[in-house]
Amino acid sequence: MIQSLDPRVTRAQIELNNPIDPLTELDQWETYEVFHQKKRGDQHIHVGIVHAANPEMALLFAKEQYARRGVSVNIWVVKTAQVYSSDYADSDIFETVPEKIYREAGGYKVMEKINKYKKAQAVK
Amino acid sequence: MESAKELFYKMADDLLIFGHRNSEWTGLGPILEEDIAFSSMAQDKIGHAQAIYQILHEMGEADSDALAFNRPSSAFRNCQFVELPNGEYDFSMVRHFLFDHADQQRFEMLATSAFEPIAKVARKIKGEIKYHVFHADTWLVKLSQANEESKARMQSALNEAWNYALGIFEEGNFESDLRSKGIFEGEAALKARWMDKISPIIEKAGLRIPDESTWNPVLGGRKGYHSDHLDPLVLEMGEVFRLDPGAEW
Repeated sequence: MIQSLDPRVTRAQIELNNPIDPLTELDQWETYEVFHQKKRGDQHIHVGIVHAANPEMALLFAKEQYARRGVSVNIWVVKTAQVYSSDYADSDIFETVPEKIYREAGGYKVMEKINKYKKAQAVK
Repeated sequence: MESAKELFYKMADDLLIFGHRNSEWTGLGPILEEDIAFSSMAQDKIGHAQAIYQILHEMGEADSDALAFNRPSSAFRNCQFVELPNGEYDFSMVRHFLFDHADQQRFEMLATSAFEPIAKVARKIKGEIKYHVFHADTWLVKLSQANEESKARMQSALNEAWNYALGIFEEGNFESDLRSKGIFEGEAALKARWMDKISPIIEKAGLRIPDESTWNPVLGGRKGYHSDHLDPLVLEMGEVFRLDPGAEW
């Protein structure tokens, strides 16, 4: 029998006289939103969340959670509390009506005119 | 190249034992994210050890599995600092800080070594070590400044760790040979660089380095003299390997 100092190996012998109380809300660190950039010049993309005690620690954790496969050149962390977001109850603001198709890129008919003009130029 | 071999054995043994010891935190870290980060660094250390055992193998020593798993603890040349039990997170973080700064300085010195294989390893793992040091510095400063209790605990961990940390720089038998061959500048030079690096960070954290009159390096590890803590670790680490040393994994 190996006399291990590793608590995982000797776990069976640990007497839990004092059951661990669940953490209260104040014991939890706040969360940071993590954005990573795959290469310089790219947009930073949101990849997830980490718990951390301060921004430096959030960066440390973000690197290990989301950027250890070697595909990032840069990371941002932003306190979740600092993100101002829309309400799901208001998600109908994103809806649109079919009559507005002329205001969208797909609604433009200008290509026809351009092609017609090009053709006319080529003929000359 | 006995001098280089001696240097590589102590480096690889430090990294393997330190990596294995730190991996004992896996599943027990203070929070999930830190558990993952600390475990990942422990694996990095074992990878660095493996790279150096590979160099030793190319110099005619046994292969890395045999070196890691099939030697008695008395054959290990790690400093006693890395074999000490983890204790609580304060001690583990202080040790991580003190050891990894020495590790970073050692590899920075070796990046320009005349012994090309070790210089190549040093350049390759530079980024990983930079992260390890960034992690250590962040935790040291944060825990030292969180509240009175955490500050007191960090100071007491530093006091406890200090003489063991000085044992990292126990000189070998070939310091001048390594220097004259351009392989490694030596432990004294390393220690000076280490002091320059850690002093301002310890000061920033609000901790005090123990008074120099109390310094008393814990030596012996480099000659195979270890504390009672190493043997159980080495036995446990090689337990599976020794069930069937010839097995293909």
